[in-house]
Amino acid sequence: MQLVAPAGTLPALKAAIDEGADVVYLGFKDQTNARNFAGLNFDERRLAEGLDYVRSRGRQVYLALNTYPRPRGWKLWQAAVDRAAELGVDALIAADLGVLDYAARTHPRLPLHLSVQGSATSYEALRFYHEQFGIRRAVLPRVLSMNQVEHLLEHSPVEIEVFGFGSLCIMVEGRCLLSSYAAGQSPNTHGCCSPAGEVRYQETAAGLETRLGGVLVDRVGKGEKAGYPTICKGRYQAFDKTYYALEEPTSLNTLDLLPRLHAAGVAAIKIEGRQRSPAYVRQVTRVWRQAIDACLAAPESFHPRPEWMQALGLVSEGQQTTLGAYHRTWQ
Amino acid sequence: MKLTLGPILYYWPADTLRRFYEAAATWPVEVVYLGETVCSKRRSFRFDDWMETARRLAEAGKEVVLSTLALLEAESELKTLRRICGNGEFLVEANDMAAVQLLSKAGQPFVAGPTLNLYNPRSLEVLARRGLKRWVPPLELDRQTLADFLQALPEGVETELFAWGRMPLAFSARCYTARAYDLPKDDCQYRCLDHPDGFTLRTQEGQPFLAVNGIQTQSALTCNLLPETAEAARMGIDLLRISPQAHHMERIVEAFRRAVAGEEPPELEKRMPAGGCNGYWHGRAGIR
Repeated sequence: MQLVAPAGTLPALKAAIDEGADVVYLGFKDQTNARNFAGLNFDERRLAEGLDYVRSRGRQVYLALNTYPRPRGWKLWQAAVDRAAELGVDALIAADLGVLDYAARTHPRLPLHLSVQGSATSYEALRFYHEQFGIRRAVLPRVLSMNQVEHLLEHSPVEIEVFGFGSLCIMVEGRCLLSSYAAGQSPNTHGCCSPAGEVRYQETAAGLETRLGGVLVDRVGKGEKAGYPTICKGRYQAFDKTYYALEEPTSLNTLDLLPRLHAAGVAAIKIEGRQRSPAYVRQVTRVWRQAIDACLAAPESFHPRPEWMQALGLVSEGQQTTLGAYHRTWQ
Repeated sequence: MKLTLGPILYYWPADTLRRFYEAAATWPVEVVYLGETVCSKRRSFRFDDWMETARRLAEAGKEVVLSTLALLEAESELKTLRRICGNGEFLVEANDMAAVQLLSKAGQPFVAGPTLNLYNPRSLEVLARRGLKRWVPPLELDRQTLADFLQALPEGVETELFAWGRMPLAFSARCYTARAYDLPKDDCQYRCLDHPDGFTLRTQEGQPFLAVNGIQTQSALTCNLLPETAEAARMGIDLLRISPQAHHMERIVEAFRRAVAGEEPPELEKRMPAGGCNGYWHGRAGIR
């Protein structure tokens, strides 16, 4: 079972590799990947240095090219696929049918993984991508229960990678237009949820207001911490109450499930967070490396150590963690 | 340009469904989409009820298309999907790649629903090779992008624009209707039945923002492309989709019929649950 860690920057990449990640995943510095934020991702020079760092230590690099090009942007994505093939990355993570088709036909030796943004939640969907493009692996959206993951694995034609830790998308990835509805840019088209240029923090008599595209996402009183205005984590009104109508800020943490994920045949655990700091990547990779090693050595007696849970709790959004959809009651 | 009635996105009781489609048989729409696309727990109509309704509408001269679930999680949902894809009588709208897989394996032509994420012509070509007959673009695409698409459309593929209705914006494993009532999803007590248009979420300053429809999050505002009908026709859009709502449907369909015929349509401002929007069409945030 591989540990796949996020690398939004070169220092994060080095932290992940130093702490024992088997693979780092990263993106080019443009809208071809789903974490297109200022100050993140890799230009040519840093990419060369990063690849060298990873390869000289015998690890792997996956390149995320997982947004959806529109007709006028097509050439940028096409060039990005060519560049990835030229660099010899260990896999290309893509979601768009056109991008997958181009990559499979033009670079048949470039291994393809279906991105979580491809929204494939069943083995029938996986069969489609496998038969059409020869994908070798798929990353599952964070919507299936543990039983459903196990059932899918029994029938899947390809390897499966699941999210183990990080910010929790509560919507099916690849099928969420909330960001573009309020602010014009979405993960699918621009590679970003809640674009920073559309975010406003404003101190008012009623409290600190956070807005996206002018829409009031939350308002917090004194002593409360204001989160980044992500629409699904806002507080809204219905039935005469103001509440987290969709989701409270929380992080996914599946350490408890590690032996079951391993027994089910999951090929890789993915850590979310290319937008997070090198310190986050270092901390989370260290804990998960230890946990996976402990699980592989003795799966029957595996229990998450309290210090692991504590360390992960400290870097979690809202300082809380959940098993998310893996746990039936969450669904 | 043809008019279509999209699948009902809400949970309506069986007698409401029956009355709705009896009336729809007489409306000036050429195509009617039938079936549950949001939540497999909604069972006021079973497969056989949908098929019976489909046959009645076909007898009334409508082209009928069966729509499939957008988010598949359980094997039981795949089982229903297989039944729909193998129905043997009617065209199917695939709202997930699992449906595309089943239909293309069986050599059946299909419609690609708006959740299939077709953002460029090369993606359409992939599906055209597998039997794509018609597609509904992702809701966030603007008119300029659609115009680019229509220049490069694979031979024989029709384009259907989502022209009216609260827009499905997101899908989740969680049910936000059950959450609002403090109920677990497994025991949701079918509260969606109380909200035939979903229920509106307002911001803390009272702006209608989103609408909750079980596991689906919609726009509170109704997408209204009635004023853009002539431009859509000029661009080469083949069909306009009207997404059903609980009230005023006959009047809304009639307004679109007039617009398509080049007549002055009546004002529909008062026919929306919380006002209208058309930002996506103009390349802006959808809510504008």
